[in-house]
Amino acid sequence: MSRMIACLALIPGLALAGPDRHELPQDLAQADCTALVPKKGLSRVYLPDGPKDNVSLVLVDGRIAAVGVELEVTGDTAAWNGRSCAVVDTSGRTVTAGLVEVSTQMGLVEVGLEGGTRNADDHGGPYGAALRVVDAYDPRSTLIPVTRMEGVTSALVLPQGGRLAGTAAFVDLAGATQAEALDQGSPAVAVVASLGGPSRAGALADLRAALDDARAFARKKVPFSKDGAEGYLTDPRNLAALQPVIERKIPLILGADRAADIEALLRFAKEERVHIVISGGAEAWMLADDLANSLDRPVPVIVDPMVYGAGGFDQVYGRADNAALLEAAGVPVLISTFSTHNARLLRQSAGNAVRGGLDHDAAIHAITVRPGQVFGLPRRGGIAAGQVANVVVYDGDPLELTTSVTNVFIEGRAVPLDSRQWRLFLQYQDLPGTPTQALPLPQE
Amino acid sequence: MRSCVLALALSMSALTAQAQDEAADPFAPLEARGTAPVEPAPELAKVKVVLANARVMTAEGQDWPRGYVVLDNGVITALGEGDAPQVEGASVLDLSGQVVTPGIIDTHSHLGVYPSPGAKAHSDGNEMTNPTTGGVWAEHSVWPQDPGLLRAAAGGITTLQILPGSANLIGGRGIILQIVPARGPRAMRFPGAPETVKMACGENPKRVYETRGPSTRMGNLHGQRSAFLRAESYQARWAEWGKKAKKAEEALERWEEENGARVEAGKKPKSPRPDPVPPPPDRDLELETLVGVMEGRILPQVHCYRADDMLAFMQLGDEFGFKVRSFHHALEAYKIRDLLAEHEISVSTWADWWGFKMEAYDGIPQNAALVHQAGGRAIVHSDSAIGIQRLNQEAAKAWRSGKEAGIELSAGDVLTWITLNPAWALGVEDTTGSLATGKRADVVVWTRDPFSVYAQARLVFVGGSLVYDMDRPPPWSDFEVGREVAP
Repeated sequence: MSRMIACLALIPGLALAGPDRHELPQDLAQADCTALVPKKGLSRVYLPDGPKDNVSLVLVDGRIAAVGVELEVTGDTAAWNGRSCAVVDTSGRTVTAGLVEVSTQMGLVEVGLEGGTRNADDHGGPYGAALRVVDAYDPRSTLIPVTRMEGVTSALVLPQGGRLAGTAAFVDLAGATQAEALDQGSPAVAVVASLGGPSRAGALADLRAALDDARAFARKKVPFSKDGAEGYLTDPRNLAALQPVIERKIPLILGADRAADIEALLRFAKEERVHIVISGGAEAWMLADDLANSLDRPVPVIVDPMVYGAGGFDQVYGRADNAALLEAAGVPVLISTFSTHNARLLRQSAGNAVRGGLDHDAAIHAITVRPGQVFGLPRRGGIAAGQVANVVVYDGDPLELTTSVTNVFIEGRAVPLDSRQWRLFLQYQDLPGTPTQALPLPQE
Repeated sequence: MRSCVLALALSMSALTAQAQDEAADPFAPLEARGTAPVEPAPELAKVKVVLANARVMTAEGQDWPRGYVVLDNGVITALGEGDAPQVEGASVLDLSGQVVTPGIIDTHSHLGVYPSPGAKAHSDGNEMTNPTTGGVWAEHSVWPQDPGLLRAAAGGITTLQILPGSANLIGGRGIILQIVPARGPRAMRFPGAPETVKMACGENPKRVYETRGPSTRMGNLHGQRSAFLRAESYQARWAEWGKKAKKAEEALERWEEENGARVEAGKKPKSPRPDPVPPPPDRDLELETLVGVMEGRILPQVHCYRADDMLAFMQLGDEFGFKVRSFHHALEAYKIRDLLAEHEISVSTWADWWGFKMEAYDGIPQNAALVHQAGGRAIVHSDSAIGIQRLNQEAAKAWRSGKEAGIELSAGDVLTWITLNPAWALGVEDTTGSLATGKRADVVVWTRDPFSVYAQARLVFVGGSLVYDMDRPPPWSDFEVGREVAP
């Protein structure tokens, strides 16, 4: 990889990304057909089964229409299937599917410490599976452009708090409405649960009881009543929301770092016959084989490659090669920043997994293709024909800190590399910035 | 009790002797009593080694693709481009493909005062009992067994400033440590480093003290101005006492000259014995810290985010005659970078943290690069037990953000953000922070370009002692001892 990157600088007339990358040409902004073509070569595209050099892509009407086709390019347009497509030259560039952050409160929190801007917290009840996080998602949050201009095009937005926090939402980081942002194929992708509180055994007992109730509810089909259904631990609406979990259509996401907790969760998943995803998993490497051989499918683990060592008593055995060891054992590894304002650092997190020993291609796979597999999103399969056209172009190794994103496509649309932060930079590029000068008198 | 009085009298006479020197600081000898070590500094073996055939980045403007650095008895004795010289009795490490830089310096850490693992019982970083606690010392909270210290060394950190938290308007003294294994933090004190003090503006103090005050930004400034006014009175009281004490001492000396022999011989003195040296004012540890700030002896490290908060604090400095050495976090430094450069105030900031509170809402990733471009001293700091493990990565991101905005920077420029500039902010730039002959051998050997995400610190030398080797990580923390016993 690094050798190829070193070659990029040798192509005459090919500059690394500079300030001009922020200006989105008009034809590209409006195009519903775009061809990514390495006119002069030295391009690398990360496909679902690994990287391939000098591959052209065609994005049409929000989908990836073709991969690896020969295209006739005339000036700034290419002909494909009778259409004229805007061309992005990917010579000397790398291309990945849009990056996916799988654990964030993006769109739910604008300013961390300002309660009035937070929609991510405990909703007051211990069992809130019926809470749908998408109801609070703000597609106009300033965090969204900040995040997507670093290549993160989609996010799994998670509710927090309580034993069952609610139902997560998978969103694209574009679109002016909740409906546009939400992945249409799968409004419910996971239910978030928690082992928090004074007793982890108590937490698991609670969760078992909730799942028992959900199964009882499914059998008896108890109608919703004004008085509530006596005997159930929780409002039947929550039990209804748990149906896809007991049917194993969607997983429960559970945070756990300590090996003992992960072991207990594996037992819980087996006994309750539910799919789970472990989030955190600092000590998961100690149970790598058990995770890989759990029940009928391996248990995925969302890791944070930046954190290892004795950050807490639950992470004493954490280590830098956690992701590498899990991957080697056959555990589906997902990588997260576990951040809301800085979900844009997903590339750095994945890069650190590689620094810790994870294979480079595996790291890119973990932040592009795997989220769609784990959360059952059929149109999120990476760069392949028919998939959602979330595509990112870089001027070097996607995981390197000094690499810039040059183009972002979300649902086939070129997204400007612009944000409130970039506007603040422009505002203060020349001092004194704001305020600058007195107003002229109005013209009578 | 008697010995205490005697000790006080002795220190008093030392004091009055010093008072004869106009420039003397009456508090220096008193402070020395508070910092005398119990435990000896650890005697660590010092290498004699030639680091050969590496890319050498000096943080002084040179970036040699192939060069050498010689470490001998704790200092850098030679460095240069090309072939390494023969050095008698020295080991030679062939570091082809690897990179040598100065040790990384973090101006803002809470290792030891908020150590790992996070435990309520170890939460020793904020003395949240009073908004002004200039008399507390972070040193007295540092737990030297914090496993985070070794993790920091593994990230190439050789020197760090441990600060009290930002709950208080005046949080207390910081301490500058060199990362060496020791039984107590005092033995880790960076030799010759100045004293520092943590102060804070903006949201944190007013949030913590909401019910008792300050609860507003104007309350913050009121609290700080009042504290400095008390310090001015205190300073004046001591100055006055110094004059009186000097006068009394001189009178006693004169009397002794005239009458000493007579009295010895049993004769009556010519005049009555003058009054003894008057007792000194009561000491106040908080005000002593602030007097040290006003005298320029104690370097202010000020937690401040918003541009207008920084301006208000600079005004405080003008009012009481002190200069902020470094604004910490300073997310809006870019808005006043011209003024910060003009006032020679360094900016310790993150690469990209933002949005966690209102005063962090306008943070932009070009902050460090813009400060640098304006001629200011940009510093990338951590304020995090995680970030301190990869400060090189943080600097790399800030570099890239600058490049994306068209700001021209070299790798050498960016290296100063985590070496020479933080050394300046801590007042240790004459002894560390760059590779130069005669400087301390605080040196890191990286596996590759330190601004690559894949780079690791392979060897870390502190004061010429090898304290970290990635292939043989040393067991430093008692917390991590014996964990392999079970199961």
